[in-house]
Amino acid sequence: MANKRLREVMQRPWVGPLIALIVVYLVFLYLRPDTFGRTQNLVNMARQTVVVGIAAVGMTMVIVSGGIDLAVGSQVALTTVVVAAMSKAGYGALASSVAGIGVAATIGSLTGSMIVGLRITPFIATLGTMSILRGAAKGLAKEQKIDAPARGLDDLLAIPSPAKAWMVFPAGVWILVATAVVFGLVLRFTRFGRHVFAIGSSEATAILCGVRVRATKIAVYALAGALAGLAGVVEFGKLTVGDPTDSFGLELDVIAAVVIGGGSLSGGEGSVFGAILGALLMTLIKTGATYVGLHGWVQEIVTGVIIILAVAVDRLRKQRA
Amino acid sequence: MSAVLELSGVAKSFGGTRALTSVELEVGAGEVHALIGENGAGKSTLLKILAGVHRSDAGKISLRGGIYQPRDPSAARRSGVAMVHQELSLCPHLTVAENVLLGEEPTFLGFVRIAEARARVVKALARVTAGSAAISPDIRVGDLPTAAQQLVEIARALVLPGVRVLILDEPTSSLGQDDAARLFSLIRALRDEGLSVLYVSHFLDEVQRVADRFTVLRDGASVMTGAMASASLSSIIEAMAGRAIDELFPRTAHHPGEALLSIRGLASHPREGSNVQLRDASLTVHRGEVVGIAGLVGAGRTELLRSIFGLDRVRSGEVKIGTFPIAPPSPARRLAKGVGLLSEDRKGEGLAVGLSIADNLTLSRLPFVVTPRAQAEVSRRFIDELSVKCSSWSQPIGDLSGGNQQKIALARLLHHEVDVFLLDEPTRGIDVASKALIYARIDALASAGKAVLMVSSYLPELLGVCDRIAVMHKGKLGEARNRADWSEAKILAEATGA
Repeated sequence: MANKRLREVMQRPWVGPLIALIVVYLVFLYLRPDTFGRTQNLVNMARQTVVVGIAAVGMTMVIVSGGIDLAVGSQVALTTVVVAAMSKAGYGALASSVAGIGVAATIGSLTGSMIVGLRITPFIATLGTMSILRGAAKGLAKEQKIDAPARGLDDLLAIPSPAKAWMVFPAGVWILVATAVVFGLVLRFTRFGRHVFAIGSSEATAILCGVRVRATKIAVYALAGALAGLAGVVEFGKLTVGDPTDSFGLELDVIAAVVIGGGSLSGGEGSVFGAILGALLMTLIKTGATYVGLHGWVQEIVTGVIIILAVAVDRLRKQRA
Repeated sequence: MSAVLELSGVAKSFGGTRALTSVELEVGAGEVHALIGENGAGKSTLLKILAGVHRSDAGKISLRGGIYQPRDPSAARRSGVAMVHQELSLCPHLTVAENVLLGEEPTFLGFVRIAEARARVVKALARVTAGSAAISPDIRVGDLPTAAQQLVEIARALVLPGVRVLILDEPTSSLGQDDAARLFSLIRALRDEGLSVLYVSHFLDEVQRVADRFTVLRDGASVMTGAMASASLSSIIEAMAGRAIDELFPRTAHHPGEALLSIRGLASHPREGSNVQLRDASLTVHRGEVVGIAGLVGAGRTELLRSIFGLDRVRSGEVKIGTFPIAPPSPARRLAKGVGLLSEDRKGEGLAVGLSIADNLTLSRLPFVVTPRAQAEVSRRFIDELSVKCSSWSQPIGDLSGGNQQKIALARLLHHEVDVFLLDEPTRGIDVASKALIYARIDALASAGKAVLMVSSYLPELLGVCDRIAVMHKGKLGEARNRADWSEAKILAEATGA
């Protein structure tokens, strides 16, 4: 019985990345025990994972539904610009953040409507919005960075002050954890979540079963947009400026995180937990490589190898099952 | 008569499953030999062995007196055994000529010898188009109608010199009546040239028209062989099914109640990439009654069910469930009114093959919060009720056999508790035991006061299960009459418009 239970757990898509994460961490711990043995380093790596992690939660839903969103980097940059503009105009942290997230959610639902209504494949549709949003961000910011008061948003990724030491991690990390838990549960244990899986696995079957495919898809892109917006708010806190050229190519890190975490680009597979592990694994490699003294180009090669290995191992696991 | 291809005691296992136990088969020179059997009888495994895809575990195969054991498909072709697969395997973007010679291009230093290639293509095409419209070698295959694509496929099989045995796997499955008739005369012409043809099908009427002799395969073994002319249809059916055919159809008396589904003058737009459309259909299905729809492929039977269900766009006409007309139609609204569709395309539409049994079963009726416990409970109930063979409710449905997959597809409608069952080819491609179970279920549904409208290409099934039967021809639905008024011959006559 226990054995069967164990085998069932081993079937989960996030088992592979979890093992990889632990193994890679142990390697770095062995090489640099004084650095990797410290809590401070863990906190730092968690901080660096927040933006990619939050965006990866949204991307997981998109990829499970059989789609893709290439506009995440542009969306994050646009959000930093919107938040900065609001803050500069005198609005507080909450109003600025809500505006940034609201704009992103609206854009997401428009993207979804376009994919559903015009029947454009998500790859092409978001290739288009990637450019449109980047352009809009530059136009809104008049092609320069917007300096704006941070209004406390810079605390999102700051190490908690001694008075708040009980938090251990910065508030942004807890936002990531909460987002991941909520959407992880939504995807696995709600009707909406099961519908997202069904659409990604076989859209025709979903239609046959009366799933409202179009509305569900639009909701997925709207939620993914909102989460990219949330990631953008945190990014603004990190930069404390609105930067229209920021986060160039971020979408590829986000997609990589989802794929390392067991997501399949043909849809129907993936998990939020796995995607977070994938994002952590990439941060760990970057950080570890820096401490070990590897050059940037080596890091990039190692990251690429990890992505390919993760997917290859996943394929082998499925063939044997 | 000398045998060109001779099999004795051929067996093949995959892991623990014995696909073939003992096959005896003798195909003579210049004869059309029909290989008949239900889906799952082992026909496709046998063909794969002959085509060089698999190797047999035991037994002996000889071709013109010599041992025949091809290493791979191209070795099989070179030994003189050419195969035309059921699903056409042409490259739609290449021209006819390129397709015919694909993989066999005559070359010099890697360059195709254009003149020689051309001559061979023209010759092969001439052979298959004798008596029908010529096919230009330069046209793209994707631009040809299906029947012409089939001829290209046969030309490809015949382009190598020295072909002795031509294997045709369900060649009429995508052809209309006229094209099928032309194909039969081509097959007879090739036979008269001395070619041996192994013709694989489960359509008995077809086999009777084209074959000289036949062999029936059941559960991986050859169970009957003989000359076509002297065999009775019912004895062949019994050999295929392994039992008398009426045992398959348990019948209790049905008591039709009030009208549950009524359609008036229903017509649809054709789906993308198809030119089949529903032109005019009126029909009433009552509670406690099973109504069958017969007709040829392309007559619009599937379109009828899809239009009722809201999957095809309706052009005109009316659908009423009980006394409510409901518009605009969509699958979600139909399901809400208690109408469910079992798709004919199990793998492409009926089931999400990547998802688990539980996910597939409950998809149309999920609670807001989905717990594994509730999923397990529902799934176990139906797994027991329909004797589904599986290791657990969370197993991917793609791992199950066709029959067990179909049981889950049906279970979804049962779980949704629909009142009107639209069943499109409910027993296509499944084993006899699963068929018997599904027939019993349909019978039970009618007894419980549900309405069943089913489409089938298998006439004994329609005659065995349905209370009333209507025939479709070129998009028009005929009158639904009592089963007692029909026979296979009468249905065929109306289906072909005779």
